[in-house]
Amino acid sequence: MKIDRVIMPVQEAEIRKNNFEEVALGFSLQQAKIEASRCLDCKNPRCVKACPVEIDIPSFIKKINTESIEEAYYIINKSNILPAICGRVCPQEKQCEGACVLGIKGDSVSIGALERFVGDYALKESLHKDEKIINNNIKVAIIGSGPAGISAAASLRRMGYSVDVYEALHEFGGVLKYGIPDFRLPKDIVDSEVENAVNLGVKFYKNVIIGKSLTIKQLFDEYLYKAIFIGSGAGLPKSLGIPGENLTGIYFANEFLTRVNLMKANRFPETPTPVKIGDNVAIVGGGNVAMDAARTAKRLGAKNVFVLYRRDMEALPARLDEIHHAIEEEIDFRLLLNPVEFIGEKYRVNSVKCEIMELGEPDDSGRRSPVGTGRYKTFEIDSCVVSIGQSPNPILKSTTPELEVDRKGRIVVNDHQTSIPGVFAGGDVVSGAATVILAMGAGKEAAVEMDKYIKSRGI
Amino acid sequence: MYKITYKEVLNKDVELMIIDAPLVAKNAKPGNFLIVRVDKNGERIPLTIVDHNENEVTIIYQKLGYSTKLLSLMNAGDSLYDVVGPLGQPTHIRDVKTVLGIAGGVGAAPLFPQLKEYARLGMKVDLIIGGRTKEHLILLDKYQEFCDNIYCATDDGSYGTKGFVTQVAEKLYQEKKYDLSIAIGPLIMMKNTCAVNKKYGVLTDVSLNPIMIDGTGMCGNCRVTINGKTYFACVDGPDFPAEGIDFDELMTKQNYYKEEEAHICRLKLEKNDED
Repeated sequence: MKIDRVIMPVQEAEIRKNNFEEVALGFSLQQAKIEASRCLDCKNPRCVKACPVEIDIPSFIKKINTESIEEAYYIINKSNILPAICGRVCPQEKQCEGACVLGIKGDSVSIGALERFVGDYALKESLHKDEKIINNNIKVAIIGSGPAGISAAASLRRMGYSVDVYEALHEFGGVLKYGIPDFRLPKDIVDSEVENAVNLGVKFYKNVIIGKSLTIKQLFDEYLYKAIFIGSGAGLPKSLGIPGENLTGIYFANEFLTRVNLMKANRFPETPTPVKIGDNVAIVGGGNVAMDAARTAKRLGAKNVFVLYRRDMEALPARLDEIHHAIEEEIDFRLLLNPVEFIGEKYRVNSVKCEIMELGEPDDSGRRSPVGTGRYKTFEIDSCVVSIGQSPNPILKSTTPELEVDRKGRIVVNDHQTSIPGVFAGGDVVSGAATVILAMGAGKEAAVEMDKYIKSRGI
Repeated sequence: MYKITYKEVLNKDVELMIIDAPLVAKNAKPGNFLIVRVDKNGERIPLTIVDHNENEVTIIYQKLGYSTKLLSLMNAGDSLYDVVGPLGQPTHIRDVKTVLGIAGGVGAAPLFPQLKEYARLGMKVDLIIGGRTKEHLILLDKYQEFCDNIYCATDDGSYGTKGFVTQVAEKLYQEKKYDLSIAIGPLIMMKNTCAVNKKYGVLTDVSLNPIMIDGTGMCGNCRVTINGKTYFACVDGPDFPAEGIDFDELMTKQNYYKEEEAHICRLKLEKNDED
């Protein structure tokens, strides 16, 4: 008998658009078991190969079938110490679920939802196994406590290294903290899963900006690290480069989201950092960050939130789920519009002028490229959030001239090794803004290269 | 946690703190700033590193908004939740012989390490310092250690010239020539000073203190337009040549959250006062 894919319950759109509580509510044990029973347990599981950290997916799913959730957790944990996070924010449809055999003719197994179920169970039950780690007392440093850094740190620690993680901000988690909103990823989950790395013996230091507080050279010469991993992420906002972009009322998504996610401005004045957007908010861009910004603006009480995107609906780069959630929450999509100018009075923005676009020939990305029509449309706005992408953080490069980067500011690597001997890099700082799990995969692979490097030098 | 090792009230609005923060002090240079958070949910407050030794940094702040007032409730022996730095570019030392510092109010604090550095490098350094009243002229004794001449101005005439620093500067330029002026204070004071200096052909550097969140080039809240180009004060500055800075744009930005600031002060601080 064919069993339908179990749909995860969600908060009603009418209610959730006014709160910052998580939208997706997770499986019950019963739902998880039904969904797990759909797995065919393929001999040659394509899902595992499609997972950047190669979680043994069929094995953990089998454990759910038999209600051995604890064992399921330890299977995942071997490859990924952040399952509750990845279960929520991975683009599974492009990875494990995209490769699932069931997906060829019907619906793939809901692997992400199952991973989340197991991760949440582990957090609720405070599962944690004392792993046998044989210390080799060799020091390595990790720059950045985001997904890449945490993943590299955990892998290196399991190999026996003494691992110190340096974070520039006042909380750990990087983009998981400042970038992804609570309604997709509650912050207590980030804290709890970062704790998994602490339990392995990884040491975390906040408020240390490598390149400023300490230089790479000082890390080697004074702190005696034998290798360094850079996972400082992509946090530099891209600008539209159009007139009026510096008017008051125009935010980069980074600022807007950091105010709310990291500084908790949605709770102002209970918390002291404010955020102000008014009634009519334009969001420029069509990626996941734009969806996060739009849905955050809605939750802050904006009456009209509209996304300005220069292509059509099909070309939106955001995850389908996020787009659906946004539509349900009354986010208005105004398509084939390209902002060309912000207009304001006394330096306060009041409208955005857009060129009407149409679709022309396919471009490098395979999508039909937007072409200007020479016709324009102007929208009244109180504020705008520019969400058209991020580039790698520039601080380390600016204070470490010998660190080679490409013209987009991405660190150039060869087998994760940078132009500086003993310095490795991975995640968004190498790839440009991508996904949590790709960064984790890169961190894990870099750890292997770092281990090889250290051993080859006979340290 | 970062321990406050010393606190001094400079006047009823302005205070000085020395904080134990070895990793901020270690690589600090004149012109750098730091960010402090008072408590668990605290705002990130950017402040110039006025001075430092091996382990400690000195900050000076004006009790202007909610978070600086909260900071002011802390005393020597207490600890701050977060201190991070050094941030920003160190002061770009120009190849000049004579420097005139122009300080407006608490701007005397960020000006101090820069002017001191110029003096240390052997340049001749004068200072114009202005404030609302005599007690608002801060760090005078410390400036006296390396400034050749100090000219004071107060709004109420309680000390020095009655009037603004720009008036003192105009008068001074009649008789003296300077290669460089560094003006730091409220935006309107820097704007006006810049205009006067331009009239007399004096090069001006300023230090900007816009609203920031991370201070590491991520949020872009601190962006400033200079000759039509965008810069981030946190990573490109905070010091800039004054020529071409759009001060009016900065002033609008600075006032964007004024209502919220007033609201939280009323709500949380005045209530405490009544308790």
